[in-house]
Amino acid sequence: MALLEVDNLQTHFRTPGGINRAVDGVSFHVNEGETLAIVGESGCGKSVTSMSLMRLIPEPPGRIAGAIRFAGRDLLQLSDREMRAIRGNDISMIFQEPMTSLNPVLTVGRQIRETLMIHQGLDKQAAEAHAVEMLTLVGIPEPKRRVREYPHQLSGGMRQRVMIAIALACNPKLLIADEPTTALDVTIQAQILKLMLDLKRRVGAAIILITHDLGVVAEIAERVMVMYAGRKVEEAPVAELFRSPRHPYTQGLLGAVPRLGSSLTGTARRLAEIPGQVPDLRKPITGCVFAGRCALATDLCRQYAPGLEEKGPRHVAACHYAAKGAVAA
Amino acid sequence: MSPPLLQVNDLKKHFPVKSGLFGRKSEFVYAVDGVSFEIARGETLSLVGESGCGKSTVGRAILRLFDITAGQVILDGQRIDDAHPGTMRQMRRRVQVVFQDPFSSLNPRMRVRDILAEPIRNFGLAKSAEDLEVRVTSLMDTVRLPREALNRRPHEFSGGQRQRIGIARALAAEPELIVCDEAVSALDVSVKAQIVNLLQDLQSEFGLALLFISHDLAIVEHMTHRVAVMYLGKIVEIAPRREIFAAPRHPYTRALLSAVPLPEPGAQRNPIILKGDVPSPINPPKGCRFHTRCPLVFDRCRVEEPVLRATGTEQWVACHLEDGAVATSG
Repeated sequence: MALLEVDNLQTHFRTPGGINRAVDGVSFHVNEGETLAIVGESGCGKSVTSMSLMRLIPEPPGRIAGAIRFAGRDLLQLSDREMRAIRGNDISMIFQEPMTSLNPVLTVGRQIRETLMIHQGLDKQAAEAHAVEMLTLVGIPEPKRRVREYPHQLSGGMRQRVMIAIALACNPKLLIADEPTTALDVTIQAQILKLMLDLKRRVGAAIILITHDLGVVAEIAERVMVMYAGRKVEEAPVAELFRSPRHPYTQGLLGAVPRLGSSLTGTARRLAEIPGQVPDLRKPITGCVFAGRCALATDLCRQYAPGLEEKGPRHVAACHYAAKGAVAA
Repeated sequence: MSPPLLQVNDLKKHFPVKSGLFGRKSEFVYAVDGVSFEIARGETLSLVGESGCGKSTVGRAILRLFDITAGQVILDGQRIDDAHPGTMRQMRRRVQVVFQDPFSSLNPRMRVRDILAEPIRNFGLAKSAEDLEVRVTSLMDTVRLPREALNRRPHEFSGGQRQRIGIARALAAEPELIVCDEAVSALDVSVKAQIVNLLQDLQSEFGLALLFISHDLAIVEHMTHRVAVMYLGKIVEIAPRREIFAAPRHPYTRALLSAVPLPEPGAQRNPIILKGDVPSPINPPKGCRFHTRCPLVFDRCRVEEPVLRATGTEQWVACHLEDGAVATSG
């Protein structure tokens, strides 16, 4: 059974320039213990989607509509109090910026303890002991000393480990990781990705990974959803998506990244460009959101928005022209 | 053979930092600590490494955005690290820069027309007002922006378009070398590809040399002729692209390359996971600076600093394991 079911999520913002349809009718689900990656470029709505799941969108100017069913309950119908009991406990989140998402005037230990004392009702001693355990779990050396330190005494990679420790302290069923390694150096990113994979095996939480890095997606996701201009344009199991992307936008994205080792295998080539830019989401878009940049676009695309169609097993794409799956079948 | 376009000899840049009570004790950040390399005309040399390795400081030293602590920067046979302001002004025309952040590197109060005209006027390149106009409009064509955009201001453009304006501004001075300091790092994937392609086109069209400073190894491999890998203010390995990516020799280069996640699900890789973090450049480790994280460390590494040694015709590595490697590997 699906742990999380999102149905026709619409998150709109009132702005001076009109209503910004940051997320416009997105549906997806996450199974227990599964890792779903949401990929797309700046402004595609991937972060707004994750903030909507946690109900962290300020209302107004924002407005969330649709349904977000988590373990059978619609989160959008809960009171603020009920929602607070879920945040950090059943669903927790890791943000991109480990520098700004920790409180600089509280010790690391206190910040881990806080979630445990509020959600699990532990007393200070028990919470402190658990905090040390969590730091050990995320691979921080000398955890007994580190719990008494402040965020500025830790490096970027260590801070991200602390964020993960806080997020996992209450054994969440769902972990939302919004660009968890983007701000980190590549050798530190490798450490954190390995940690996330190890922890996933041990803790068994479902993960929603938000990223623009296709390498990171290939490394840890099981299923991928591609977003563009506030809509879902394609979804497939990870191997299937990389092997036979159906939506022209997904194909463009995969063609735009150079592969390491390309100069050796003789596969070096000019990078594929996606001409133009993302449309202004404050103006209503008729037809396909990608039509303005798509090489295959016709009048049909400009007039009628394509629905998500099955293109292969567990593989959907929103394109009038994407071929149906002879490849995978 | 003509001299290289740019020659950097034993470049050092130490920034003083105050510490101790009332900042009386003075320490130094050894940002760049003895770096040497050359760039030929029309060549791309990439400087790669992680945050704080000193790669941007090298770029800024070449642009002479500050005075260096020691060493030499030689452009086309002439030293520019100690050149007088008058000479320097002419040299500045020949080395231009494109910065990472297209939002803060363009003056928001200026129209694109003025942004592009400024270097042309500054270096007296236009013969007349008509010539200036011709130059400005052809720069827009070169970076593939519409000419109508000349009268707009930076905020009206997207990140990718602003980066095109930044590139046009660099080209306006008719430089021979452009320092690209993480010039594509802040851009989205599809836009990044556009700018990478543009830079490659411009290089072949104008015979530009590029110093490409980046942490993105896949982009570097795609763009570059040669690569210098930096760690804590030193070059640990410098070699042509093929050697770096096919047969990296320094343990740090190997770890760096193996850490890049590949966009191929299920790809069999065994990343070398380095322990810990990069040490502080205020008190860099004694001996080899990488010894605190190196999986192959042995006693000598802790006491003696390795020097760059040739291990092939054009490959240089600073590692004690390469001692005598020329003899053994032929």
